Amino acid sequence: MSGIIAEKLNEQGLQRVASKERLTFFGLTLPYLLIVVALIIIPVGWLFYLSFIGRDGSFSFENYERMTKSRAYIRIFITTFKISILTTLICAVIGYPLSYFMSQLSRKWANICMIGVLIPFWTSLLVRTYAWLVLLQKKGLLNNIAIDIGLISEPIKFVHNTTGTLIGMVHIMLPFLILPLYANMRSIDRDCLKAASSLGATPTRAFWTVFFPLSVPGLLAGLLIVFVLCLGFYVTPAILGGGRVIMAAMKISSNIELYFSWGAASALGVVLLIVTSVILFIASKLVSMDQLGNRSAK
Amino acid sequence: MKFLHKNVSETQIRLKDRLWLYIFSYIVLFLLIVPSLVVIPMSFSASQYLEFPPKEWSLRWYENYFFSWKVENGFNDWMQATWTSVKVAVLTIFVAVPVGTMAAYGLVNGNSRISKMLFPIFISPMMVPSILVAIGLFYFFVQLKLVGSVLGLVLGHSLVAMPLVLIIVFSALKNYDMNQEKVARSLGATRFRAFREITLPQIKFSLVSSALIAFLTSFDEVIISLFVAGGDNSTITRSMFLALRDQIDPTIAAISTILIIISSGLLIIMQVTGAKENKR
Repeated sequence: MSGIIAEKLNEQGLQRVASKERLTFFGLTLPYLLIVVALIIIPVGWLFYLSFIGRDGSFSFENYERMTKSRAYIRIFITTFKISILTTLICAVIGYPLSYFMSQLSRKWANICMIGVLIPFWTSLLVRTYAWLVLLQKKGLLNNIAIDIGLISEPIKFVHNTTGTLIGMVHIMLPFLILPLYANMRSIDRDCLKAASSLGATPTRAFWTVFFPLSVPGLLAGLLIVFVLCLGFYVTPAILGGGRVIMAAMKISSNIELYFSWGAASALGVVLLIVTSVILFIASKLVSMDQLGNRSAK
Repeated sequence: MKFLHKNVSETQIRLKDRLWLYIFSYIVLFLLIVPSLVVIPMSFSASQYLEFPPKEWSLRWYENYFFSWKVENGFNDWMQATWTSVKVAVLTIFVAVPVGTMAAYGLVNGNSRISKMLFPIFISPMMVPSILVAIGLFYFFVQLKLVGSVLGLVLGHSLVAMPLVLIIVFSALKNYDMNQEKVARSLGATRFRAFREITLPQIKFSLVSSALIAFLTSFDEVIISLFVAGGDNSTITRSMFLALRDQIDPTIAAISTILIIISSGLLIIMQVTGAKENKR
């Protein structure tokens, strides 16, 4: 009898300890949670509220209506999507063969090539943007060489337009595509390819029917990360676009810096956030979330 | 030319059949690395205009960077800005690493359902477009009178550095056997002592690399600084951005060269410590 009671008491005690433990663990995450709530959730929520406040201070949809009616805004949306899609596609076309190449090398050589991908990744965004400005401008290196070897007679304008913006953005986004794609390709079982060729597939066919489908998750993760980052990109288009390529982030900033128009800026920000969230939501359905996180952190 | 006929993959493809892939890849790798390096010779040019290759060499842009104490256009005080950047980046380490590590520890050990719920919230600073984070913080800090303060910058930069710390430490703890702490505690150690003496030494290198990443994230951050920094507390990236947008000042080439050296140095430290941890 007393044995049973003792056991019961023991069990209760253990449960109490266990729930106390859980509380401790939750407590450890509290400072982090507090910072995120105070510095992201509340401010962004505030912007959300501001986006519904009209010029006269009352509740209205005018900030959103302006977006669908004003030509300037429609042009900004088109530019933002056009640049983002083009950058993502160019990154895929360049990044896929390079990742494939690296995945075929021995670990040692692949790591050496990886340094080539990581160095630009760690170099300041501003430094790289500035470097492209130096290279591509009218009296820049590229024009000088092209004129010297007689390719062109007049310098071509590469910067302060869409071309320059695209070159700079592709250079900055490429590592974001290569890292997840390369990790994925490394994990593909090579024996599948051997099996395909032993069954008579040509190298090309083995690649397209076996290797490529297996690399799609990595490719998709890379594409989505790049696309989302492009949508909200500010620094490079602002410098290399020279005011001629206006993307959503730049409009948000100028709405605040020049016009002090918080409502308009917030509304555009909310649209940007919603588009980004939808894409990331789709991404999380396709590839697991912490994989995405891992990848972008590398 | 016999090597061209060597088989190079499981599917018996020969080297000559995909020579194009090798050439293409080397060109891309070249284009990834070299463009950033043009700023190095540029920074030693004597000319005020950007010309490549420079006709005459000098150190005047470095002089300009190190000794330009006067404020010309409100943002030319490079040394002041550098000092602010370093201060903010170091303080960011001291906020982001402890907070991120605690959260990672809590998430790994805690209720897995709650952890799954919290994880997306915790990495949200990385997912929300940074321009939105920046103007949100700006609006918030205006009310708190934190715009232009070091505290505001540290908070803003910690916000973007924390998810990186969290992910690194989280994956380190995932690969670590927590039962070791239980052993220590069954022998009478408190939880904190068990963590400090058993777990901490084993995830040390992840903590070091997360600290380096936090530093670099803060040091390179542009958009939040653009809105939150101001007055006497401009950061180096903010000053560079404003100078780049308005005019082309070769001093930026000198600063860029210094930044390239700093980030390559940190990358090398990280690779070396990472290699050490892998060997263990």
